[in-house]
Amino acid sequence: MRLTCPLCGDRDRREFYYYGSDDYLDRPGPEAPASAWDDYLHNRDNPAGITRDLWYHEQGCAQWLAVTRSTVTHEILRVELVAGLKGARE
Amino acid sequence: MPDLIAKPALDAAPVTRGGATLALLDSGPITSIALFPGGEKAASKGLKTIGLTFPGPGTWVAKDAARIVWTGREQAFLIGAPAPALDGAAVTDQSDGWAGFGLSGPGAEAVLARLVPLDLRAAAFPVGRAARAALNHMSLVLLRTGPEAFELYTFRSMARTAWHELVEAMEKLEARAAVKG
Amino acid sequence: MRIDGKGIIDRTRPVSFRFDGREYGGYKGDTLASALLANDVRLVGRSFKYHRPRGVLTAGSEEPNALVEVVGRTNQTPNVRATVQEVFDGLEARSQNRLGSLRFDLLAVNDLMAPFFSAGFYYKTFMWPRAFWEKLYEPAIRRAAGLGSLSGRHDEGVYEKAHAFCDLLVIGAGPAGLMAALVAARSGSDVILADENPMLGGRLVSDLGHVGGTPAAIWVAAVEAELRSLPNVRIMTRTTVTGAYDHGTYGALERVGLHKPARPNLPRECFWRIVAKRSVLAAGALERPIAFPMNDRPGIMLASAVRTYLNRFGVVPGKRVTLFANTDAARATVRELMAAGVQVAAIVDPRPDASSVEDCPVHVGAEVVDSRGRHGLREITVRKGAEEFRIETDCLAMSGGWNPTLHLTCHMNGRPRWNEDLAAFVPSEGAVPGLLAAGAANGTMSTHGALAAGRAAAVEALEALEIRPAEVAVPAAEDAPYAVTATWAVSGTKSGAGGRAWLDFANDVTVKDVRLAAQENYRSVEHMKRYTTQGMAPDQGKTSSVAALAVLADATGRGIPETGTTTFRPPFVPVSIAAMGAGGRGAGFAPQRFLTSDQASRDRGAPMTEAGLWYRPSYFPKPGEATWKEACDREVMMVRQAVGVADVSTLGKIDLQGRDAARFLDFVYTNTFSTLPVGRVRYGLMLREDGLVLDDGTTARLGDSHFLMTTTTAGAGLVMRHLDFVHQAFCADWEVRFISVTETWAQFAVAGPRARELLSGYLGQPVELPFMGVAPVQIGGVEGRLFRISFSGEEGYEIAVPTRYGEALFRDLLARAETMGGGAYGMEALNVLRIEKGFITHAEIHGRTTAFDIGMEKMVSAKKDCIGKAAAARPGMVGPEREQLVGLKAAAPISAGAHLFRPGDTVERVNDQGYVTSVCWSPTLNAWLGMGFLLDGRARHGETVRLVDHLRGIDVPCEVCDPVFHDPEGGKLRA
Repeated sequence: MRLTCPLCGDRDRREFYYYGSDDYLDRPGPEAPASAWDDYLHNRDNPAGITRDLWYHEQGCAQWLAVTRSTVTHEILRVELVAGLKGARE
Repeated sequence: MPDLIAKPALDAAPVTRGGATLALLDSGPITSIALFPGGEKAASKGLKTIGLTFPGPGTWVAKDAARIVWTGREQAFLIGAPAPALDGAAVTDQSDGWAGFGLSGPGAEAVLARLVPLDLRAAAFPVGRAARAALNHMSLVLLRTGPEAFELYTFRSMARTAWHELVEAMEKLEARAAVKG
Repeated sequence: MRIDGKGIIDRTRPVSFRFDGREYGGYKGDTLASALLANDVRLVGRSFKYHRPRGVLTAGSEEPNALVEVVGRTNQTPNVRATVQEVFDGLEARSQNRLGSLRFDLLAVNDLMAPFFSAGFYYKTFMWPRAFWEKLYEPAIRRAAGLGSLSGRHDEGVYEKAHAFCDLLVIGAGPAGLMAALVAARSGSDVILADENPMLGGRLVSDLGHVGGTPAAIWVAAVEAELRSLPNVRIMTRTTVTGAYDHGTYGALERVGLHKPARPNLPRECFWRIVAKRSVLAAGALERPIAFPMNDRPGIMLASAVRTYLNRFGVVPGKRVTLFANTDAARATVRELMAAGVQVAAIVDPRPDASSVEDCPVHVGAEVVDSRGRHGLREITVRKGAEEFRIETDCLAMSGGWNPTLHLTCHMNGRPRWNEDLAAFVPSEGAVPGLLAAGAANGTMSTHGALAAGRAAAVEALEALEIRPAEVAVPAAEDAPYAVTATWAVSGTKSGAGGRAWLDFANDVTVKDVRLAAQENYRSVEHMKRYTTQGMAPDQGKTSSVAALAVLADATGRGIPETGTTTFRPPFVPVSIAAMGAGGRGAGFAPQRFLTSDQASRDRGAPMTEAGLWYRPSYFPKPGEATWKEACDREVMMVRQAVGVADVSTLGKIDLQGRDAARFLDFVYTNTFSTLPVGRVRYGLMLREDGLVLDDGTTARLGDSHFLMTTTTAGAGLVMRHLDFVHQAFCADWEVRFISVTETWAQFAVAGPRARELLSGYLGQPVELPFMGVAPVQIGGVEGRLFRISFSGEEGYEIAVPTRYGEALFRDLLARAETMGGGAYGMEALNVLRIEKGFITHAEIHGRTTAFDIGMEKMVSAKKDCIGKAAAARPGMVGPEREQLVGLKAAAPISAGAHLFRPGDTVERVNDQGYVTSVCWSPTLNAWLGMGFLLDGRARHGETVRLVDHLRGIDVPCEVCDPVFHDPEGGKLRA
């Protein structure tokens, strides 16, 4: 498997650390109800199809990446810098 | 008064094997320059005083002995010259954090193919390119400095392992070359 | 038998090798199989289950029978295919899977019991009594069945791994592959051409055809010369592409030194990871045997293999050859044999409409139905209509048609398609993105067809890469249509003798086994495969899977496409673990990180211990100390009473700068750092977002917008990744940047009541730093930093200098300490000191503990948000139902990992009250001390619990106490 890091280019999967769903970018506010935190921390979809998840280019530029890919065809549709995403931060 | 003696990361004579020569580098000071949001203009002004510009992703540029190497998002290492005064960036001394190696010769690319999972063909990684990558399991800053010349920087504490793994790859290539057919 | 004037072996270079202890001669270019056949050695192994005598079936990597052990000076490789292993001077090989000699294998008795060894035999027979399986049945079966054996010794061989990149990877260098490579090479693209043989050409080497009006060998040589002259082509011979993976990644195994005597540094094998933008699968096709009764005797071979032995090696595997084949193409084998002066007894062709015009007897519409010969073929029985007759023959060349070598197209879940005309599966288009199958691998069986298909595939691949394909004409070549009438299995003689017809030679699976599977309702191909073990030997069913499927289809009354498809998983050929893990052995397993004090510590005799990747001194033995504990006790008391020096450079150090650095620290730590004055240090606790403790450490404020964070040694990488995430995901626009400076600074703890005296003397000025203070210091001309922090409970400092000065500083500090009744202390003493003081490490913050559990819930600031705060307040994260950190004190040895019970309770899991994380003998308190987690522990100080460790046989009463045993008021720290 290979990922194209927006900064480093086409790289082997071994350079990356896998975290999980991009749900982790939508951090609830401090006053959010427990159910919102429960969703944020624990509840995930497991689609057969398009998914977006977070990878860390540990053996490269140390950037967190949001990777849009198909769990069926393994096609990588988009790789974005988490630091550049809008609406993903407080 | 104490008089502290400086020691290099490793003490090793250059090795030539398998068409490549490995030597330790003494690159002088290394300074990390990490731009603050919107800080590029101010930082570039400081860099201009030593004739350098902030490098784009995956590249390095030089002015005399000073080189500036892209090392991450809005981050670069200034190597070989003291950092000029500059604003708009976090400036951190990294001189003692890295061990530098020069690898050159017609076999250099083949040596790296054993340890670095990168496409280093001249077209994909020409002179002037730099990469953050891995040398086997070790963090690596890699520069192509000539058609058959690379510079490698690994964490200083791992210098012995890096040297060992590079020499081992060179020895295998030498043994391969000796048994044609 | 060797034939004069045939073959491309180098007759000027004879070699001598040994097989089963006997010396034989061969030539450079021979495989072990060809050299043995040249020496008339036909019996080379015993079969897996029945211990039947077996010979060579094929001439390639698909060989199921001729598996041998190759014995080197330091290693022994089992299941080496004699058809792939090249001979060299000194090669030593052994037959395997026998008890006694190969000719008189004592386990051949299994063959007599064959009627009992049907599919599912083990499952049905060895059911009872249960205990017998492990003790009796399995060991006996393992001895009798199975394949080669390992030496049991460490493999000293050298292995290599490497990466390669190209525009076009061409897999196989037969006519299609050579043509594809030529087109791509002339177009200027980067080409890798890989072939598992030592030479290029594929079937062109084995079949004496013509290409472009010249003998094929001359055309191959010309193409090879051109390819080798081009800088954009890499030719990889002896390299088998073993797997196709996502996004253009391929695995390939190169046999680098296996055809040579071992020599220093020469890799035996190299495992390549090739990344290709496009690839052409030109792996050819595999001929298939026919399952006729007793078709497994040495001397019964594939027709194409007989042809290869003749034309590539100049070897004929018999004196009187018979052909049993259902294609016209296979007849070329006997014509070439006859031209070489070899006697051909007959052609047996099951097709009723086949031609009978040959220079030898031809039996049309006939089948081979039995064979005889104990250690090798002597005679066959042929049935034609109602008539049965015998033919004396010592070599039967058989061909049931060809299967495209489409294995790689299945590696990403591709399902091959059934092609009725070819009576074979062909690759599905697009089964592997970027891969095009061409030539015989795609069902195009003629040479001209393969050449044209190779060119077409290259053109298509290049156009997809927007590279203009060069014009290359397809040379003229053999273009006969390929026609086949499926012949899968042949029933036995009228008398019913023999009967067993092998499908899978490697795992001894017969037609009867597959029929039995169907009868017992294992009708799915996947179930049949597992029930009979067909296709599960090292050859992975290359010569048997399609025929077995056909037999299953017949037995279940379905067509082949309805029955299912054969699929293949990587690797295409067996790959040694040593090759895949090349470089990951010994010192190459993981990087070694050495401290600047490393040599000085070793000079003092300190044994080094691994802490993550770091090597740290365990203790510093003094003359007269017999055990580590004596040294450790002395070092502890030295720190408590005088002064000790320890290298603490392994702790993670992160430099943070920017106007928002303090705000960022407030967000990642539970406590507040924006209020920390410049020149001061604060302990901080970091949570994961799920509320559990991530790491802890001290952070110093070096300037208004400049901080230095320390992490635990183990947590350094983890914390960096976490900080990067928080920063990039939630506050990338804040003015804060951070970088690891772990490697940049060497840092030493100087601890003990005389620490200040030591440093004042060394620095030449009185040290007047308050507890939890930080200040720059000048050490000679070197700028350093001095921290007043303690991990020992004594007055403690840490002094840091740029790493290059680390060794000098360490030696200076030690020399001074030693004149003051102090010295170096190692990891053992450091651990005792921190347990006595109740300081936690990752033994305590092990991923399941909350701030509440370790008694630090007050450190979670109520005034601000921070990572993990919301989750830490969830129900169940605080309260008496949690196991809380306590100290434990005992009069006898205790152990980490032990569990805690109430004294009156039985020692059962339901009564478990908690567990122990750290223990030590405390020379300061003259007691065994521990830290652990106990249900509602903070409310139970003073109680006695029972500490039980079944593993070490420990059962000791302990007093529950506050975890801070030494100087609980902290007066010493602040002195």
